[in-house]
Amino acid sequence: MSALLEVRNLRTTFPGALRPLPVVDDISFSLARGEVLALVGESGSGKSMTALSILRLVPKPGQVVAGEVMLAGEDLLQLPVTQMRRVRGARIAMIFQEPMTCLNPVVTVGAQVMEAIQLHDSMSKVDARARTRELFAEVGIPDPDARLDAYPHHLSGGLKQRVMIAMALSTRPEILIADEPTTALDVTIQAQILALLRNLQRDRGTAILLITHDLGIVNELADRVAVMYAGRLVEVAERKALLSDPLHPYTQGLLRSIPALSRAGERLPEIPGVVPSPDQWPAGCRFSTRCPLRFEPCAELFPEEIRPAAGRRVWCHEVERSMGGKGAS
Amino acid sequence: MMGFEPYVFSNLVTVAVLIGLGLLVRVVRRQRLWNEAARQLWDRRKLAIVLVGIYLVIGLLDSVAWKGGVPEDVVDVLPNAPLTLIDRVFLGTKEASYSAPLALVEFYGAAPLRRPGTHALGTDILGRDVLYLTLKGARVALLIGGLTSLIAIPLALLFGVGAGYFGGRFDDFVFFLISTLASMPGLLLLIALIMAMGRDTLSVCIALGVTSWVGFCRLSRAETLKLRELDYVSAARALGLSEYRIVVRHILPNLAHLIVITFVLMFSGLVLSEVVLSWLGIGVDGSWGQMIDGARNELSREPIIWWNIAAAGSALFGLILAVNIVGDGIRDVLDPRTQKGPT
Repeated sequence: MSALLEVRNLRTTFPGALRPLPVVDDISFSLARGEVLALVGESGSGKSMTALSILRLVPKPGQVVAGEVMLAGEDLLQLPVTQMRRVRGARIAMIFQEPMTCLNPVVTVGAQVMEAIQLHDSMSKVDARARTRELFAEVGIPDPDARLDAYPHHLSGGLKQRVMIAMALSTRPEILIADEPTTALDVTIQAQILALLRNLQRDRGTAILLITHDLGIVNELADRVAVMYAGRLVEVAERKALLSDPLHPYTQGLLRSIPALSRAGERLPEIPGVVPSPDQWPAGCRFSTRCPLRFEPCAELFPEEIRPAAGRRVWCHEVERSMGGKGAS
Repeated sequence: MMGFEPYVFSNLVTVAVLIGLGLLVRVVRRQRLWNEAARQLWDRRKLAIVLVGIYLVIGLLDSVAWKGGVPEDVVDVLPNAPLTLIDRVFLGTKEASYSAPLALVEFYGAAPLRRPGTHALGTDILGRDVLYLTLKGARVALLIGGLTSLIAIPLALLFGVGAGYFGGRFDDFVFFLISTLASMPGLLLLIALIMAMGRDTLSVCIALGVTSWVGFCRLSRAETLKLRELDYVSAARALGLSEYRIVVRHILPNLAHLIVITFVLMFSGLVLSEVVLSWLGIGVDGSWGQMIDGARNELSREPIIWWNIAAAGSALFGLILAVNIVGDGIRDVLDPRTQKGPT
């Protein structure tokens, strides 16, 4: 399967007091047509920055300093600004975490979606409006005709997120980046939005880069999972393999700390400590400050990539030791 | 210059203002947000809005002029001078000297008046009808307030939004400009500019505009700084909108309430500034400020000549009060902090 999007050795830094801080550090992954890749990690692990780096929308003073983002053989990081603008929205669209604040409060939602349509397709106002109506119906907005002229504050959070999705889909993008699309919504609406995303992926073949910290959503939607910790990838695997047999101690910790009704009354296992801020990252494995399995080289030496199985990558000294180097390439 | 006489230009501007008002009403009607605000405003501030409307109508009536049509027996106007509607209503009302309101004879000397009992607000030293002068002052006041705001607000927006949105060098430049202007005494700068450019209406408006845009520039810069970081601007960027379109479609509409409020509040401030300028002898001809300034000496006469200053002062007071009340109402209606939130 040829990759639609190939991210290679991406590195994004923010200026620090002593040296630039790499909030996205040497990230490589690929996304095939119609695939759902989940990018998982705690807050501050660099998931959103990775997504913004792909679109070249990293807020100043951060900047992408190295790597390649190949979209169908074209390096987005080398494109001139005007061409990059044509990629955004048209080929790679993004939906954001907070539907409440992602819509302009003084413009009707219909006009906002129409704007997105007319930006990338030359289309008359009437056609754009008809198309917006179709999109609203497609993403399950009840009474789309009336909603076209509604202002954002007339809509509930779930409806706003549907409008955001309609806007992102308006130009039939090849890739949809969904940055925690359900975090701000309540659980029943979450399920509806996830079902909507899955249908879109199935019917249109849109590849989705799903950014989340919720492993339940991963299980629901993802084909493959990439786990990030402190700006680095720690493990990449097929969904089933990762959820049933996590290799990296961080992934194991994440999975253990999901509340389950079967263990009600017990203390929920947690990963002690918090993600260190970028200026306190250790020289070696970033997780070594919190890792229960830490041993001698962990804090000094960054682990090499090992491939225990096809399509699976993990960066961990412990895994390397227990496997005795076999399978490493 | 362009073969246009000033009065033709004034007529064209009047038509443009009427068309502009029509468009404004249309926009307000079509946008539910503004429509609602306008209705609320009307409900709360009927009297003040009507009063502002009256001033506006008087100003417009005094802006439409044409030549000819002067009866033979009228001697106090130049032949073939363009006369406005207001001029024509008061044609031939000039007396020789002072007349008290509704008096039948002259104030000093008791010589018979040409038109006894018709001067509702009396006449001034040159025998001009005070009501006439007061009505003519409305146009001047509206011009000063409106034209100056139209100069100052776009200027402030250009610099403020540009500095706030793009930051960097441009921001530094704008802040340098603001700090420089703010460090000069405003009145002194105003006087210097008027001395340099002349004392016609446009020059005074430009001078007032140049000295009054700084405050709103700061405000719009700060507001843009805030808006720029909001999610919907990031979302617009992720959709591939150009910076220009983001500013026009997403920043400016969100500044609209500030623009409206600033316009109204600036307006009354500017009209009052002109009075101060008139008092200093560099005001616009025909303004209420000049009437008040001219009436200073008359207050020391015996018996006192009071109607002149009373008329100009009341007209000024009425306009400023009405505009301020409307402005206050607009702020109540549009400012989200004084509103019970819709969501």
